[in-house]
Amino acid sequence: MNSEAPAFKIKTANLPVLQLHIITPDLPLLKKALALRLNQTPDFFASTPIVLELSAIAESDPSLDFSALVAFMRKHGMCAAGVSGGSEKQRAAAVQSGLGLFPAAFVRNPSKRETDPSLAAPAALLHAQPELPGIAAEITPEVISVQPETPKESPRKTVQTVIRPTLVIDKPVRTGQSIYAEGADLVLLAIANAGSELIADGDIHVYAPLRGKAIAGAHGNAAARIFVHKLEAELLSIAGCFKVFEDGIPEEVRGKAAQIHLEGTRLVIEALPG
Amino acid sequence: MAKVIVVTSGKGGVGKTTTSASFASGLAMRGNKTVVIDFDVGLRNLDLIMGCERRVVYDIINVINGEASLKQALIKDKNCDNLYVLPASQTRDKEALKLDVVGQILDELKESFDFIVCDSPAGIESGAFNAMYYADEALVVTNPEVSSVRDSDRILGILAAKSKRAVEGRDPVKEHLLVTRYDPKRVNSGEMLSVGDIQEILRIPLLGVIPESSSVLQASNSGTPAIHLEKSDVAEAYRDVVGRFMGEELPMRFTAEKAGFFKRLLGGI
Repeated sequence: MNSEAPAFKIKTANLPVLQLHIITPDLPLLKKALALRLNQTPDFFASTPIVLELSAIAESDPSLDFSALVAFMRKHGMCAAGVSGGSEKQRAAAVQSGLGLFPAAFVRNPSKRETDPSLAAPAALLHAQPELPGIAAEITPEVISVQPETPKESPRKTVQTVIRPTLVIDKPVRTGQSIYAEGADLVLLAIANAGSELIADGDIHVYAPLRGKAIAGAHGNAAARIFVHKLEAELLSIAGCFKVFEDGIPEEVRGKAAQIHLEGTRLVIEALPG
Repeated sequence: MAKVIVVTSGKGGVGKTTTSASFASGLAMRGNKTVVIDFDVGLRNLDLIMGCERRVVYDIINVINGEASLKQALIKDKNCDNLYVLPASQTRDKEALKLDVVGQILDELKESFDFIVCDSPAGIESGAFNAMYYADEALVVTNPEVSSVRDSDRILGILAAKSKRAVEGRDPVKEHLLVTRYDPKRVNSGEMLSVGDIQEILRIPLLGVIPESSSVLQASNSGTPAIHLEKSDVAEAYRDVVGRFMGEELPMRFTAEKAGFFKRLLGGI
């Protein structure tokens, strides 16, 4: 065991998120234009959360059919997480359709932010916008330190941290499938089979056999770690330093619970105690 | 409500068509109105295995092109009253089959059948996708070897992510594992994966194990689904599979090595 290395670090992060600027309230036209674009690269968005930016249409049609738009986007692999900008009516309609609200200018924290359970659950992440540094994104009640007396009525003040929710997957990741926890940790509660790919910008935890590839710290976070319940991986990588197991996984960790971290540029695999 | 069941595997030659024929026959023998559809356009085989190749006048592509009605294209099985075959076309290519028309055909069949068995082609291209997209349940046919298991894993991933049920966010396609060409002797000698090994990788419920048998070849050459064979392990195994599919609890058979003549003679000392 390496006693010098800290077991964990807590850091704040402003995470990038894709915005879809909606310029026309004309849904059929919008769908047509989107379809045209998306058909060229059908898998491009593969469950990437997207914020619908409504400022350009705030003055126009108050009743954009969000449910229809979200369903259409889902069909094309885009996962609408919420809206920003727009008129009060539009924002209310968006909430009705299960979308979250992102602050338009400065913190007007939404009191009601839900993820639509029908959305591909793990992908329904909520993000802070990078243009607004220091604004809280996902807020769980435990994290909020300042609570007004009547939280329902008045806008809440929020903590100045951005925590991207961990991506939790409870279904097997099979050959040919790839899961990416963008700017977040990835927790997998089922198997990751040979030929599968787990990628996270943060840590990766697998509470089942890991038989595929696991790539942590995908954007260069050298402090990222991989924790596995049963190590049978094809490839392990942290911040670009990787290891393959042509001659098999070393016996002392093969099939065992293990953690993988970086020491300099060396990938260290060690069995977990107990 | 009619159920659509896809018989799929990813890899070729593992026994999808043999299974489709026997499974559909087994369902029909229990009194269910059943239709089995060959989705392998261009390489049709199901009609041979069902022994109806000489009665194919119209095929699924004729139906799609409006050259024949569904009723005209359906061939009544020679062994079972409740069973019909919808053959694939031998002469067209796979692109003739489109997802939306497949949906229309299945909807029409749902009105008059209890079970619709879709015999998928190998691979993960459009043919296989057409066969699996509308499925309510899937029989994943796997041989006890690494490449077959890997391909089945791939298919399971596609079922979980891209089937109609998955896309619409409904209950997922119900998955069943069917291990075919199982040879306990070769498993014991380490040449083949065991049922346990396969389940450890795929982690879906086991519906049955079909033993390796030369009688399967005889059956397909003679155009009789293997489930109709007399005194055959394979036929019994397929009957068990159908029983379990219908909800019966039956012990797994044919997973242990057969006792040799002397062993039996000596009473297993």
